[in-house]
Amino acid sequence: MAVKVRIPTPLMKLTDNQAEVTAEGSTISEILNNLESQFNGIKERICEENGSPRRFINVYLNEEDIRFLDGERTAVKDGDEISIIPAIAGGTGAR
Amino acid sequence: MGYVKGLRCKECKRDFPKEPIHVCEFCFGPLEVDYDYEEIGKRVTRKSIQAGPPSMWRYKELMPIDEDHKVGEHVGFTPFVRAKNLGKALGLNNLYVKNDSVNHPTFSFKDRVVAVAVSKAIEFGFDTISCASTGNLANSVAAHSAEAGLKSYIFIPDGLEAGKILGTLIYGAQLIAVNGSYDDVNRLCSEVAAHHKWAFVNINIRPYYGDGSKSYGYEIAEQLGWRTPDNVIVPVAGSSLITKIWKAFHEFQMLGLLDGKVQTKVFAAQATGCSPVTTAIKNGTDIIKPVKPNTIAKSIAIGNPADGYYGVRTANESGGYGEDITDMEVIEAMKLLAETEGIFTETAGGVTVGVTQKLVKQGRIKPDETTVICITGNGLKTVEALEGHYTAPTVIEPKLDSFEDVYSNSATV
Repeated sequence: MAVKVRIPTPLMKLTDNQAEVTAEGSTISEILNNLESQFNGIKERICEENGSPRRFINVYLNEEDIRFLDGERTAVKDGDEISIIPAIAGGTGAR
Repeated sequence: MGYVKGLRCKECKRDFPKEPIHVCEFCFGPLEVDYDYEEIGKRVTRKSIQAGPPSMWRYKELMPIDEDHKVGEHVGFTPFVRAKNLGKALGLNNLYVKNDSVNHPTFSFKDRVVAVAVSKAIEFGFDTISCASTGNLANSVAAHSAEAGLKSYIFIPDGLEAGKILGTLIYGAQLIAVNGSYDDVNRLCSEVAAHHKWAFVNINIRPYYGDGSKSYGYEIAEQLGWRTPDNVIVPVAGSSLITKIWKAFHEFQMLGLLDGKVQTKVFAAQATGCSPVTTAIKNGTDIIKPVKPNTIAKSIAIGNPADGYYGVRTANESGGYGEDITDMEVIEAMKLLAETEGIFTETAGGVTVGVTQKLVKQGRIKPDETTVICITGNGLKTVEALEGHYTAPTVIEPKLDSFEDVYSNSATV
């Protein structure tokens, strides 16, 4: 199962400056593990040690925050789109 | 002078230097100011504070600036009112109102945060101040920028009250109204911030700015006689103030300035038309579901609160709670405060008074407990909210008969 994942600017250093990458997996959790195997070090930036997304990272599946779905266990299917967006106090990219 | 060691991520605790930054570059958590409490503790005593000026600068060692403040000489140390009449109406025997509706110079608690933010921006060498605001912050940024001789660009949601708009323009600020909610304005500002090297008080200056609110908490504790109340009811928008009052109480405790321990229950107050934080508290979760605001309490209408998680945590940790009230209840509460204490607050103050009433009815606040209601803004800025709630005064001829006619008709009132 291949899905598109949008990468936020501060993490693009880890994806060879790609703003959008493709990852495999049938759940959000599997997608994140697959991302890590492609781009070493990206998972610890997105997830806590227990594998759930960090408090100030929002993961959207087709525009819906996965916190309001099934968290990292949320199922994904072919053609879905995932966005990883830092939820930054007061806004983004202020530096 | 200055006791700031640096900035620290509230989430992963990584350290960062004192710079105009607000986000942890590793985990994206918010940064907060890291103080040298050991040094502060050697200098700050009740006596040293009492010898200071009647303003927020009596707590200057606990403010995140390295040099003397550059603006806002008279901000803070606002009245702490023993509210016997309101207490009687609410069934509370030990009620106080912390009245920032008369804060200098722009009549809201925002003067505290902006006095710090603009002073810090000057330390960093910025020549332009900016912010996203629901109105009170706009007024204060405009006023303090004018005082400092700096330019200001201020972004607000379209449709704010006239008092908030004119109360910004008068200072010569560049005011930009954005077609959307505060949350849209905030998002736009973060994009503007990436293109302009300005001091955005609630973005890149945010860690410093937020700590100005601590002075509101210090004053409550000092004015109560160096102790903290049993209950404090705080209006919640972005959730910064509620966390800073809590932080202020604990800093005073840590510095040995208080009689007894902090056992204050902190209550979050919102308008039902924009209540993501109180909804989360009531639902027993710390995940904030953003909402589209629809309330007359525009100054606290933030649907996606930046510090919402910490607001929920503060209420829960302290043993407090969160409640919200309808717009009609907000108006009734504004009237109640005015008619009992002679204090005309804005809609957000109606929210805290009305929520207090609700919490008393629920039995969460007990009659003999010491309770403080936070009044953070002035009613003259939001008169539109009262339209239709009062009839125009009777017009009479300048003759005694004319008055006596009206008087005899109203004498029973």
